[in-house]
Amino acid sequence: MEQIWQTHKASIIAVGVAILALLMCFTVVPETEEAVIVRAGRPDPQVVNLYKPDQPLSHPGAGIVFRIPFYERLVRIDRRILNVDMEPQTVLSTDQLRLNVDAYARYRIIDPVKMVQTAGTLDTVETQLSAILSSVVRQELGRRSFASLLTAERGTTMLNIRRKLDTQAREYGAKVIDVRIKRADLPDGTPLQSAFDRMRTARDQEAKTILAQGQKNAQIIRADADAKAAKIYADAFNKDPKFYDFYRAMQSYDTVFSNGAEGSSAIILGPDNEYLKQFRGKP
Amino acid sequence: MKITDGLGHISNWAAHGLAMAGKGNPWGGTSGGSGDGSDDGNDSGDDSGDGTDGETPADKPRGPRNPWLPGGGEPRRSAGIEDIFRHRGPEGPRRGGGGPGFRLPDAPGGRSWFPLAVLAIIAVWLGFSMFHQVGPKEEGIVTTFGKYSRTLQSGLNFTAPWPFQEVYVQNVSEIRIDNIPEGTGQKLMLTGDQNLVDLSYIVRWNIKNLAQYRFQLDDPAQTVRETAEAAMRASVGERKLNDVVSGAGRADIEQAVKTRMQDILNSYRAGVTIQGVEIRKTDPPKEVEDAFKNVTAAQQTAESYVNQAEATAQQVLARAQGDAVAFDKVYAQYKLAPEVTRRRMYYETMERVLRETDKTIVAAPNVTTYLPLPEMQRGAKQQASTPPASGDQQAGGQ
Repeated sequence: MEQIWQTHKASIIAVGVAILALLMCFTVVPETEEAVIVRAGRPDPQVVNLYKPDQPLSHPGAGIVFRIPFYERLVRIDRRILNVDMEPQTVLSTDQLRLNVDAYARYRIIDPVKMVQTAGTLDTVETQLSAILSSVVRQELGRRSFASLLTAERGTTMLNIRRKLDTQAREYGAKVIDVRIKRADLPDGTPLQSAFDRMRTARDQEAKTILAQGQKNAQIIRADADAKAAKIYADAFNKDPKFYDFYRAMQSYDTVFSNGAEGSSAIILGPDNEYLKQFRGKP
Repeated sequence: MKITDGLGHISNWAAHGLAMAGKGNPWGGTSGGSGDGSDDGNDSGDDSGDGTDGETPADKPRGPRNPWLPGGGEPRRSAGIEDIFRHRGPEGPRRGGGGPGFRLPDAPGGRSWFPLAVLAIIAVWLGFSMFHQVGPKEEGIVTTFGKYSRTLQSGLNFTAPWPFQEVYVQNVSEIRIDNIPEGTGQKLMLTGDQNLVDLSYIVRWNIKNLAQYRFQLDDPAQTVRETAEAAMRASVGERKLNDVVSGAGRADIEQAVKTRMQDILNSYRAGVTIQGVEIRKTDPPKEVEDAFKNVTAAQQTAESYVNQAEATAQQVLARAQGDAVAFDKVYAQYKLAPEVTRRRMYYETMERVLRETDKTIVAAPNVTTYLPLPEMQRGAKQQASTPPASGDQQAGGQ
C-alpha cells in the first residue's frame, strides 16, 4: 500500500481531482424539482424537468444533468403543488356583517424561467401570492351578502377568486390550481353573541310552537272522539227516539235525584201526577 | 489452508453484502485475536511460512500490481478490494517473515485493519442501500438519481446502491385517521341558515398511488386535512341546522364531504383515497344548549298532551259504545213487550228516586200551600256564591 502510494502519488491525486471535477459537472435534479440553468446570469429557456400536465410522472427530465461548473448555475424550483396560506382576516359583507375568513390556495410553478426572472425565489412568490390572495378574497367576498357566503354560491365565488389570483400568479410563472375557504367564522364578541341570541330566540319560538301544536293536536283528538261517540249514540238511539227519550229520562232522574246525587232535594207531587195515578185509585 | 480460508470468507462477503452484516462475529473474532497479538501472529506466521512457498509467488505479482498500476482498468474498485484482501493473509507474514516474531503481529494488524474497515463500511453501505425489505402493507419508490423509476411491491427487493438509486418506503394500505378537531375543543361551523353548530369528525384515508403521493404535493398529509376542513365547511354551509343535527342529514353530509374531498384531491393528483368521513358529533354550541334542551322538553310536553287526549278519547268512545250496547239490549227487550217494560222501568226508577227524596204530596187541587221557597233559594244562593263566613263551612260540608 505504502509503496503504491509512494510511487503513484501524483497520478492518484490527479485521478482524484479528475473525479471531483467530473462530479461537479453533474448534478441531480430529483423528481420533485424542476431546474433552470442560469448561464452566465441568463436563464436558459430550456427548463430541466419542466412540469407537463399530461406527463405527471417518470418525466424524462429528472435525473442527472450536465452543467459546466461556475459558468452555469442551477436554480432549483419545487415542482410539486405548493401551498399559499392566507392570513385569517375579517371580511365585511354587503349587509355589513363581519366574517372571519381563512383561505388557502394551491399553486404550481409552470413557467420556472419567468419565475426566476420576476420573483427569483419561491419564498418571494409565496409572499406575493399570499398578499394578493388576501386582497382578492376581501374584494370578492365583500361583494356578497352574508347568507350567500354560506350557501352554494360559495362555489362561484371561489371560482372568481381563483381566476383573479391565477391571472396575477401567471406573472410569476405560477398557476393557481385551487382556492378554498378553510374557515368562515363569526368574529368573537358581539357578532358571535348576537348569533347565539338569535339561535336562542329561534329555539324558544320553536319550543312554543311545538307546545301549541301539541295542544292543538290534543284538542283535535278529543273532538274527534266526541264526534265518533255522538255518531255511535245517534246510530243506537235513532232506532226509536221515543223510547230513547223515556229510557234516558229514567236514567236522568236516577242520576239527579236518587242515591248519591248531590244535595237533598224535595219533590212536591201534585195529585195529577202520573205516578200517583194508581194512588188516587183512578185508572 | 489458511489463505484459502481467508479468501473464501472474503469472497463470501463481497458477494453477499447483507449476509456480512449478520456475520459481524468473524470480525469480532479477529479483533479479539489481534488484541491478543502474539498467539494469532505466531500461528499465522508458522502456517503461512509453510504455505506461501507454493502459492504466494503466483499471487504476488498479479495481486498488488494489477489493480493500481495500470491506472484503474475496468473494475477498479472491486479489483482493489479483492487485492487488499488477497494479500492480507500472505503479505503480513511475508513482510514480517524476515523480522522477529514480535513485529509480526503488530505490523499486519495495523496494516490490514484499514482495508478491513473500509470493506466493512462498503459492505454495510451496499447492504443497506441495495436490499430493501418492503413489508406487506408497504410499497417502495425507487428513484435513480432522483428520477422516479419504479415502484417496489412487498418482499425483498434489490436496487443499485445508494448514490445511484434511492428507495422511499411508505405504508400504503394502512388507513390513516385524522381527528378534526384534535382534542375536545369546540369547533363552531356556520350552517346555511346562519346558525352555529359544534361539529367534530374523522377522516379516514390511505395512499392509493405512492408515486403521486410523494411527488405531486408539497405536504400531502396537511393537504388532506385542509381539504377536509374546506369540504366540511362547504357542505355544512349548504344545509340547515336541523338537517345537520339530525341523523339523516349527517349521513348525507358524510357522503358529500367524502365525494368532495376525493374530487379535490384527485384534481391535485394527490394519490390519496378517502375511505370515509364520519361525523362524531353535531351539537348546538354550549352557549345555547339550554334553549335546545327547552325545545326537547317542549316536544315531550306536547307529546304528553297528545297522549292524554288520546286516553280521554278512548274513554269517551268506550263509554259511548257501552251506552249504545246497553241501550240496544234494553231496547231489544222493550220491543218484545213495550208497554209492560216501559211501565216497569218507570216504576222502578220512581221507586229509587222517591225513596231518597223528601216528598210532599199536595192532595187538594185548590188549596194554596205555603212553600218555603225563599229559604230554599237562599240556601242555593249561599252554595253558589260562597259568602265569607258561612260559605266555607257549607262548601266544606258539601
